[in-house]
Amino acid sequence: MGLLSDPNRRRALISLLTRLNSPICVVCYMAGVAWFMGLAFEPFTLRTYMSENAMGSTMVEERFPAGERALTTGREFSAHKKKAGGMPVDWLVKTMQARGLEVFTQRFSRKLPFPDENKERYMVKGTNVYGILRAPRAPRTEALVLSAPCTPGDSNNQAVGLLLGLAQYFRNQIYWAKDIIFLVNEHDLIGMQAWLEGYHHTNTTGMDWSPLQGRGGSIQAALSLELSSDVITSMDLVLEGLNGQLPNLDLANLFYAFCQKIGVLCTIQGKLQRNDWDSVSGYSHSVQTMMLMVMKQASGRPWGDHGLFLRYHIEAASIKGINSFRQYKTDVTTIGRLLEGMYRKLNNLLERLHQSYFFYLMPSLSHFVSIGYYMPAFGLLAVILLLRALDLWVQLATPPPRTEDGITDKEQVSSPGVLSVLTPLVISHLTGVALYTLPIQFQEMAVEQFPVSETEAVVLTAIGVYTAGLALPHNTHRLLSGEGTEQGWRVLKLVAVLYLAVLLGCTALINFSLGFILALTLVPVAAFVTPHVPKVLSAFILVILSPACTLLFSVFFFQELQELPVSFQEGWLLYLSVISQGILDHFLYGSLVYPLIALLVYPCWLLFWNILFWK
Amino acid sequence: VHLTISQSRAASSANHIQPLLVDNAGQFFSSGHTNNWAVLVCTSRFWFNYRHVANTLSVYRSVKRLGIPDSHIVLMLADDMACNHRNPKPATVFSHKNMELNVYGDDVEVDYRGYEVTVENFLRVLTGRLPPSTPRSKRLLSDDRSNILIYLTGHGGNGFLKFQDSEEISNVELADAFEQMWQKRRYNELLFIIDTCQGASMYERFYSPNLMALASSQVGEDSLSHQPDLAIGVHLMDRYTFYLLEFLEDIHPASKTNMNDLFKVCPKSQCVSTPGHRTDLFLRDPGSVLITDFFGSVRKVEITMETINLTDPIKQVEQRKYSYVDQLPVSEIIHQKPKQKDWHPPDGFILGLWTLILLVFFKLYGMKHLKHIF
Repeated sequence: MGLLSDPNRRRALISLLTRLNSPICVVCYMAGVAWFMGLAFEPFTLRTYMSENAMGSTMVEERFPAGERALTTGREFSAHKKKAGGMPVDWLVKTMQARGLEVFTQRFSRKLPFPDENKERYMVKGTNVYGILRAPRAPRTEALVLSAPCTPGDSNNQAVGLLLGLAQYFRNQIYWAKDIIFLVNEHDLIGMQAWLEGYHHTNTTGMDWSPLQGRGGSIQAALSLELSSDVITSMDLVLEGLNGQLPNLDLANLFYAFCQKIGVLCTIQGKLQRNDWDSVSGYSHSVQTMMLMVMKQASGRPWGDHGLFLRYHIEAASIKGINSFRQYKTDVTTIGRLLEGMYRKLNNLLERLHQSYFFYLMPSLSHFVSIGYYMPAFGLLAVILLLRALDLWVQLATPPPRTEDGITDKEQVSSPGVLSVLTPLVISHLTGVALYTLPIQFQEMAVEQFPVSETEAVVLTAIGVYTAGLALPHNTHRLLSGEGTEQGWRVLKLVAVLYLAVLLGCTALINFSLGFILALTLVPVAAFVTPHVPKVLSAFILVILSPACTLLFSVFFFQELQELPVSFQEGWLLYLSVISQGILDHFLYGSLVYPLIALLVYPCWLLFWNILFWK
Repeated sequence: VHLTISQSRAASSANHIQPLLVDNAGQFFSSGHTNNWAVLVCTSRFWFNYRHVANTLSVYRSVKRLGIPDSHIVLMLADDMACNHRNPKPATVFSHKNMELNVYGDDVEVDYRGYEVTVENFLRVLTGRLPPSTPRSKRLLSDDRSNILIYLTGHGGNGFLKFQDSEEISNVELADAFEQMWQKRRYNELLFIIDTCQGASMYERFYSPNLMALASSQVGEDSLSHQPDLAIGVHLMDRYTFYLLEFLEDIHPASKTNMNDLFKVCPKSQCVSTPGHRTDLFLRDPGSVLITDFFGSVRKVEITMETINLTDPIKQVEQRKYSYVDQLPVSEIIHQKPKQKDWHPPDGFILGLWTLILLVFFKLYGMKHLKHIF
């Protein structure tokens, strides 16, 4: 007989499963965490390499000469920006036209759901200016984009200057096979979202924009440039985009190849590469770089203007120029040459970048870990949930004899009705819906009642609803007639565990970092919670491991990783701003982290809270 | 058509010259080939395969310079590099960096271009099975006195050559095509040169006589490209063809360089791969085969001021025993036994038989069943 169909063997397997369940779960958890930490260890990673044949090995000699002129243009731009008090549209249009581009503008406006305190804006109105360099001999079917943001104040003037300088240089060449679009967007991400929506004729976020008069064909790749100083010491590459999406690894490989060729210092996450991977400090450096990437990816927000391109299957990255206290400085001409080289390589593309990985983690700029290597870490954590579900299933199928009064109640295998499980489910999800909708809806009422600003009102309402959910089990039990049974909580836990497994699995597929971080905290919760564990201690641990507290700890951890540790006060304020930014990201760009947490993860956690307080 | 002019010795006496020239006349009229053809094929497209087009064009240039006219060259280029949007020097294809040598020129005649370069078209050109509407420039109109040069370049592997990223030609197909050419008497001698990775695998399967083959690399080796140009941004040539071109630039129509020198082109130190060649199917000694027998179109002409009396029969030079390969396969095809036709009984007989069966059936079981049929 087969292994599973033979009743004896089946009983043996099941007894093995139930006996060893907890030890296996603990081992799996340790293994998952260890695997994840091991990803940053250099012998387990692969060196990056160019996968796309069309961007082959030969490189041209870059000849961009006009760095100084670009800086002068940047200074002019800064002066006109101050005069206009925003985007100097007319000057930009005139300058781009003088360089031989086809120039168009786009106006957009957006009323945020509540004021954004970080960037101090509420009613946003702006103009994007873009110029198209038509390919001299090619049909207008494909395009590349180079963008620089127009930020208020003194930042990014040199970026716009370099953009205009490159536009002039590129216009004199005849070897372009794709149109190049030079875009200066106002109000960074909001302007970029308006431009992209206008370009692709979609309207997903409810923004008001004027249609684009000129287009350039299907965009193959995009680079966003941020440069705020005349000289730099290093260039930083930012890859993380909206909802944790990453561009094709070939784009990072391209950047790294050119950094090596030109001899510019290049970093990722602001951290330089180190060669001593076998020492403790070298390994911890890699771990820090990788954890920064994981944190940034998990937050689901675009970390550069490029982040919004990824949704349209356009590979995009942001390049930031950083000026620190090193001795060796790189001038703007060299940066121009690097960009020229990258664009000439992208010019050779015949198809969209698709040969290299779309899902990866980078412990350093020259090493990467692909999805095949990092998924087992999550898989080991998900296995714990499945083991627990199997255990519960076994327990439900053969309930242990109750010998409380010396009476065995084997016949009373009362299968609890679906309704008794449905009630906590529905109530938890309703609380989730409340967490999703109430903060925005009632901000006006909150502002009237309490002396807080709108942003604070929204955030505090969210935290209030979250905490109110903690009081649910006590109250709902008064409403429910009858007592819960032993079977009842087991069924509920089975449902909750499977629900969590599916939820985390789907999240990890799309955004591995978010899925893994949630798994790290929620899987132990799911594994150990029963009504029979000590209540106060477990309640405390459950609250510590809840999504809100995970977010709080992540904020502190993120600050530590960036070597900018904060005090508790500042950390708390930062935490509040993170929540408000998350809510804003959802409404402005369609980020899915806030709805995911509010509508799915939080109700799931509430189910476990319910189980803890099951009577 | 180029002429080799040999000085007639004026010092000799008249009757001394006469028999000498009459002797030599026989030799002149018994040479192996009377015309030359070339089929030059580049099988890869896309900008980063610039070097394959440059390879083919440089062989085209040499062949044309040495005398084969465009009407006798079938040039197949799978992509247009000169007018590619990414070419910073439009209308040129360079073979040396720093743009020393433009092999595109202004008198290039491409016969098969772009998507017309397919395995089917290539084999049809070789075997001559083209639709009647095909123009002369696209045909290989060779006869049994033609020496043909075939040059292939592109991406290849063990036993195949890739055409345009979508199909392949195998070494077996190629060998069979050459056998078809032999049986249709479409060539006198054929020189096959291939510059791809593992090129030697392509000539492993040849079995027709009078074939000589050269390849840029052995099985298991890659043919490497030569040098990139930093302004154009691609590799300009492959190593083997680069050194082949250098070798051919020294050949002029009157040169007496033979095949053994061609085999020495691009040794391992320059090519990194090991070029190979195959001469076992060739009936002449490679040392006696001139480069211009295949790469040029050389007529042997002797200018003389004397008149030659050709009324006497020309004394044939001692003939080397040229013979065609064993013809058994051909004879089997020609004198085939007729196909066995199966014997069928006459039709009326079958009809009668079925009628009998039906009648017996209804007799036995009654007429009422008849209505079930109709």
